Amino acid sequence: MSAPLIETRKLVKYFTTPRGALHAVDKVDLKIERGQVLGVVGESGCGKSTLGRTILRLTEPTGGDILYDGVSYLKYSEKEMNELRKKIQIIFQDPYSSLNPRMTIGQIIAEPIKVCKTITGKKAIDEKVLEMMDLVGLSRRWINAYPHELDGGRRQRVGIARALVLEPSFIVCDEPVSALDVSIQAQILNLMMDLQRDMGLTYMFITHDLSVVKHISNYIMVMYLGQCVESAAPEELFKNPLHPYTVALLNAIPRPNLSFRNRERKIIKGEVTNPINPKPGCRFASRCPRVSDKCLQQDPPLKEVGQNHMVACTLYE
Amino acid sequence: MNDVLLSIENLHVTYRTDEALVYAVNGVNLNIMRGETLGLVGETGAGKTTTALSVMRLLPDKIGKIEQGKIYLDGLDITAATEADMRAIRGNIVSMIFQDPMSSLNPVLRVGEQIAEVLRIHNDKLSKSEVDRRVDELMEMVGLPKERKVEYPHQFSGGMKQRVVIAIALACEPKLLLADEPTTALDVTIQAQVLAIIRELKEMLNTSMLLITHDLGIVAENCDRVAVMYAGEIVEMGTVEDIFEEKDHHPYTVGLFGSIPDLDKNIDRLTPIEGMMPDPTVLQAGCPFYDRCPQRMDICNTEKPAEVMKGTHMIKCHLFSNVEKAANVEKVGEV
Amino acid sequence: MTTKNVDKTGVGKPDSRDYTKKRSQLKLIMYRFSKNRLAVLGLCILCVLALCAIFADVIADYQTMAIKQNIMNKLQPPSAEHWLGTDQYGRDIFARIIHGARISLTMGIGTVLTSLTIGSIFGALAGYYGGKVDNIIMRIMDVFLAIPNMLMAVTIVGALGGGLVNLLIAMSISSIPRFSRVIRSSILSVRDMDYIEAARACGTKDSRIIYKHVLPNAIGPIIVNATLSLANTILSISGMSFIGLGIEKPMPEWGSMLSEGRAQMRYHPNLVIFPGIAIALAVLGLNLVGDGLRDALDPKLKN
Repeated sequence: MSAPLIETRKLVKYFTTPRGALHAVDKVDLKIERGQVLGVVGESGCGKSTLGRTILRLTEPTGGDILYDGVSYLKYSEKEMNELRKKIQIIFQDPYSSLNPRMTIGQIIAEPIKVCKTITGKKAIDEKVLEMMDLVGLSRRWINAYPHELDGGRRQRVGIARALVLEPSFIVCDEPVSALDVSIQAQILNLMMDLQRDMGLTYMFITHDLSVVKHISNYIMVMYLGQCVESAAPEELFKNPLHPYTVALLNAIPRPNLSFRNRERKIIKGEVTNPINPKPGCRFASRCPRVSDKCLQQDPPLKEVGQNHMVACTLYE
Repeated sequence: MNDVLLSIENLHVTYRTDEALVYAVNGVNLNIMRGETLGLVGETGAGKTTTALSVMRLLPDKIGKIEQGKIYLDGLDITAATEADMRAIRGNIVSMIFQDPMSSLNPVLRVGEQIAEVLRIHNDKLSKSEVDRRVDELMEMVGLPKERKVEYPHQFSGGMKQRVVIAIALACEPKLLLADEPTTALDVTIQAQVLAIIRELKEMLNTSMLLITHDLGIVAENCDRVAVMYAGEIVEMGTVEDIFEEKDHHPYTVGLFGSIPDLDKNIDRLTPIEGMMPDPTVLQAGCPFYDRCPQRMDICNTEKPAEVMKGTHMIKCHLFSNVEKAANVEKVGEV
Repeated sequence: MTTKNVDKTGVGKPDSRDYTKKRSQLKLIMYRFSKNRLAVLGLCILCVLALCAIFADVIADYQTMAIKQNIMNKLQPPSAEHWLGTDQYGRDIFARIIHGARISLTMGIGTVLTSLTIGSIFGALAGYYGGKVDNIIMRIMDVFLAIPNMLMAVTIVGALGGGLVNLLIAMSISSIPRFSRVIRSSILSVRDMDYIEAARACGTKDSRIIYKHVLPNAIGPIIVNATLSLANTILSISGMSFIGLGIEKPMPEWGSMLSEGRAQMRYHPNLVIFPGIAIALAVLGLNLVGDGLRDALDPKLKN
């Protein structure tokens, strides 16, 4: 039994603000096996993007541990980290700010190679760049174009090519299709799924869109205010959502289907509470339709409730 | 009394920039009945926002121009109206809600003040206490505590800001509400709340609505009729049943449905529409979807398809041009 | 490898733009600049001045015409021999203005380059690292900013003595804070962009991030400010010379020409008008070019 490719243990990230500590990521445990896709869903402020960046040590964790292939890299030196970075990469959400406007597409894709010196020699580097462009379906004629000359979908392909050029095993995909038009989204999603399957990549796919995550993930984690509230395989999660937040989230999604038109929808009330110095107890309590006194006493722990189905809720203790 | 509230006939709108002439809307025909919600669906660049701005005559000065066509709102000819006429009806007979709640509100004015402003513009005979009372009423209607009317926009979250925007839009009980992607910038649970409020208020005031969105789920749950827009033209229009349950569709509509991941279906691969929207600076001689259409024929490149009616269902495509054209010509919307 | 996802855009429609050739950003910038008529005018003015500065010795011999006093010829009006006339010492005004261009431009460029380099280093460090480093550097700069330019320059020249080098030092010091601010804010606007994070995600060193990713994107405002600062510097040098603290006599400098010609202004205004016009033209040209550069470098293409 080999170790999972990526593992976090009680990972914590707090930001200090003048008003107190902002609990962006609060004691998150997760395991991603090699070749699998973990979908991380939640709305704005749940900490999913921070989680992704903390795993990459783009922001330093405040506490907890992160492991790659069973080995902790929390305390790696800069040199060791740079070695590891070849294996863990990131794709960003905004195709407009993730590419340097003063570099050509070819230069952008070649940059990681030049920094990490994985390939030397101009000819070899150029060949690799063209190979990557073919891989992501980007026509070769764009190689000397600048980012502003490409549309969102093509720019995102450049971002994907750049993430893949070092031949990583693990990629954090931070809402890679959220900023794209619907039909371009589908093109890019298909591309990412094909690449994942063909190259055996491991993804952490962060998104707020439950329909997208169902499509691409092997396992889904639902986050709320920095904590994981439920996690399960997609079919199980959608058929049998346990946590009231997951239920509310699923209820809120508009379906392109007339049979849902006049359904009795329990729309959740209220708004997300303040992540700064949160009070003890379940953070969803103020909005939960099934809240009880027990919920306010302490953070409910994550418990396994079914086959690989975890939930953090007093209803299932 | 005529049931047709808004009638757009053969609308052509262009944008003149320094570099080029952009053909944003190319021959749009649509009607909205009193009390009904028409969903306008399409991707970025289809011309949906331009159409809405044309109804309000809010196209950017000197750049946007209604080249051709007529717009009638409740009997008034919008295209021929003076600016003074338009000022009298904006906020009063027709209101608009924009996509980004962050920039729709004036950051230095209290929200109560902003709601009161639109009331005062169109009802100058109201006394101060009447205005105050109405503001309180509106705040409660959109689900905000009336004590918060003295706060500034930055003290509200995105969803709450959008509720304030709705309150402003509905303050004078307009007959038509133009909602341009009102929930796209909001989280999905907040989106559900805001859409529920809009639905409720619409029912209460019998307001018609033009709901612009790219989300077919929102369309299914909120609209009575739907128009699908592509590259400045309406390629398909009908009741929600026509669009979601009928089997004949414009290839673009088929493509749209195929490219969205559906929670209730288990499909392996999405079927995206290949390619991109055509260059809006070039006027298309034939069907604008020609480049991307999996079922294109030669005629599609040279001749614009006619609008084919099948009861309440209109499809603008050569594939259907031999089907039931003359027989069932009922103008869409008139029942 | 998979070719299922090739983006088949432009099917049926030819895209004539050819992106396979390497096109430099520089050419694009120059193209946009050339479309702005006022900017091109400014550039022409600057070229004329630059030519005067470079070929000053060819146009008019320094010693005989600009320096050597010739009392017999004093205060001549413009004529065929002396195009702009002579001053109260019989020196040819035209020759002095031409040589003055050389002095103004070299001093000006020298000052700007010095303060730009030093200011950039401080500003880049402050902007990129933020926190305490930022605070310390910026507060030091604030101290310098609080002292009026002229006053500081006068003090330094007074302490170090006259001469070109000391003048350059004095003018540079007063310009450093302004440049460090400009660069710092430029860098701040770029620092949080995703493409900077992408660079860090593959382990790029800070120095490479700064010179490869941050500076090229922050350089627009820097160049614009440099051009405008040059205009300011020329004016300052003239001002300093006017009050007698700048260029030492008998070197022909426009400001000192103004100062010396003041007494003769009533009956021989040419002593004052022509140096004044020279100063005005130089400043105008630089301002037009600065504005033109700002428009040309503006990434308004981000649509």
